[in-house]
Amino acid sequence: MNHFWAVAIKELRQIRRDRRTLMVMLFLPGFFLLLYGYALNFDIRHVALVVQDRDATAESRRLVSRFVESTYFELVGTATSDAEIGRALDSGVARAVLVIPEGFGHDLAQRMPVTVQVLLNGDNANTATTVLGYTTAVLREASIPAGASVTTRLALVEPRIWYNPELRSTLFLVPGLIAYLSMITAVVSTALSIVREKENGTMEQIRMAPISTPAFIIGKAAPYLVLSQISGILVILAAMVLFGLPMQGNWLTLNLVLAMFLIGAIGTGLLVSTIAETQQVAFQIGSLVAFLPTFVLSGFIFPIASMPIGLQYVSTVVPARYFLIALRGIVLKGSDLITVWPSVAALVVYAFLVMGLASLRLARR
Amino acid sequence: MGRVLALMWKEFLELRQDPRLAGIILVAPILQLTMLGYAATTDVHDVPIVVVDGDRSSQSRELIERFAASPYFKVVDEFLSPNEVDAALTRGRAWLGVIVPIGFGDSLQGQGPASARTVQVLADGTDANSSGVALAYAAGLVSEFNAALVAEQMLMGGGGAPGGITGAVRVWYNPELVSKDFMVPGVLALLLLLITTNMSAMAIVRERELGTLEQLHVTPLGRFELILGKLLPYGVLGFIDVLLVMAVAVFWFEVPLLGSPVLLLAASAVYVLCTLSLGLFISTISHTQQEAMMTAMFFFLVPMIYLSGFIFPIENMPVMIQWVTTVIPLRYYLVIVRGIFLKGVGFDLLWPHFAALAVWGVAVLALATARSHKTE
Repeated sequence: MNHFWAVAIKELRQIRRDRRTLMVMLFLPGFFLLLYGYALNFDIRHVALVVQDRDATAESRRLVSRFVESTYFELVGTATSDAEIGRALDSGVARAVLVIPEGFGHDLAQRMPVTVQVLLNGDNANTATTVLGYTTAVLREASIPAGASVTTRLALVEPRIWYNPELRSTLFLVPGLIAYLSMITAVVSTALSIVREKENGTMEQIRMAPISTPAFIIGKAAPYLVLSQISGILVILAAMVLFGLPMQGNWLTLNLVLAMFLIGAIGTGLLVSTIAETQQVAFQIGSLVAFLPTFVLSGFIFPIASMPIGLQYVSTVVPARYFLIALRGIVLKGSDLITVWPSVAALVVYAFLVMGLASLRLARR
Repeated sequence: MGRVLALMWKEFLELRQDPRLAGIILVAPILQLTMLGYAATTDVHDVPIVVVDGDRSSQSRELIERFAASPYFKVVDEFLSPNEVDAALTRGRAWLGVIVPIGFGDSLQGQGPASARTVQVLADGTDANSSGVALAYAAGLVSEFNAALVAEQMLMGGGGAPGGITGAVRVWYNPELVSKDFMVPGVLALLLLLITTNMSAMAIVRERELGTLEQLHVTPLGRFELILGKLLPYGVLGFIDVLLVMAVAVFWFEVPLLGSPVLLLAASAVYVLCTLSLGLFISTISHTQQEAMMTAMFFFLVPMIYLSGFIFPIENMPVMIQWVTTVIPLRYYLVIVRGIFLKGVGFDLLWPHFAALAVWGVAVLALATARSHKTE
């Protein structure tokens, strides 16, 4: 027990000397929170639209103003030739181009079907899909002839959204952010702190000292666990104050889940430290193991249901996936431990596996 | 020159000290490509939904059939009572519940209140982005259903087919709208940043940490030779990855490379100047490798990745933040890479971005060199 304290105090001193690491762990999450809250979203508005109006009638101008009034599009210019259209799309000035053919107004008045051309910049497939949807919606509305539809009775839709009625991406991204930041800090700092001892040759000294492997591991891990835990809770508190994140569930459950996730993350860091010989390599492995899967395969931003089936299987070994389910459940839905227990169980299993494996590898040396 | 080569050689020898490095240089790009190429899609499809058909008329059947036939939805269960929908949403079995009310069919024929033809769509809003998209799809399906209804009624009324406006949509650059064509070229930018900036910063700080930087200072190496010799090896590693990623992107992911590969390599060279300068700059403000890593990762790399348009479109950001993004080199490189890959555009359209990168690189290099002069 004393040995554990000795290692932990030594580690804390080292962290304290490294002010920046401390700052990163405690204050940077706030910065990211602001970023997420204000800067990042997928809501697509003000799509840059260039129009070529070959008809130039009241009808064609009405169609253009329908696009603008939808608030999805913003008219950034007009084109007079195909070359200009090409240039507008190539240079990225326009994301969408609307070409209204000659005779548009006449045909529409005659109740004849007319076709307008819409060119979309598809480089970003996600944005383009959304823009395509907006275009179809605007055209569909414009198609309904004045005075029709009164006689027909249409099915109506009443959407009701639970847990996050305004569909604010912040509420959904914040739990992901906690997973992401704590995974990186916990994995990479733990890995680096041990590999540094190797690089500086102080690992030998520790090995000579009468410290058992468990005492060493716990002593190394505990300071990072405590710091990451505090940092995770700070993010949630900040999100509650700044963005009105509802904390529906129980704080105790939340802390428990967070701790389980962090133990797994620190275990991963320990495991990385047994593989790498230099801090550079430890960082690269650590960021590969922590950064990418947590970012891409956890359901943080990209929905797992849309992934190819092979990667869906891979995502089942990413701890952040379970952490996110549990965290979103607790924070947004107010789930209790019983509802989220499958995810918590997965986290516990992961933590035990990596910690066990890391201890075995550390003890063998 | 000979001295620079000697220092580069020393750096390579030191890199070989950890045999795993070579593996990382090869494995990292492949892993990133696979994950970002296959998994990084915000496309929403196969959304699990549950349905309740309270009416059991031919109209309600038809509407539900439309949901079942749509690639966007996957009907995981059909319930008899709306109450069961609640449990399915809470447990996360379904993201959406579609409830067709009693009297739906009759109400569409004009017999019954409007509430009877109101389809309820319940959504789990926890995943705001996907739910929003799924809701839009659901509304789209219902309006398609309506359009079919209107067409049918007009035909029966003898009014002939309705006129109306059709959009002939053509999507340029990525006609099938596959996300991988957008994400995979972006990996180049991400990878170069991760490999060159971090590793070069850590390499220099490591010499300082171990005290060997002093020794290098007393050698006859000039300041520039020292900087060049320390940085270039990482530039070389970065370029190996550029070639690897280009090959995998084109031959495995079949991303079209419409523009000039030479121009792409030239752009990568200018970009690597930026990333290496940034690495050097970080090394001048860090004392330990851990500090360098943390600084690089959290103060530079991650914010840059988010604000560069790599995933989140810049045009969606508030204007203030859009201003901030103009100082991020990654942004310009992404425009160049995607422009060359997908649009096949040349230097005539891309030069402003090249210029921005070059200015940034030279400015940061000058700043970092000046600082390293002061600190040592």
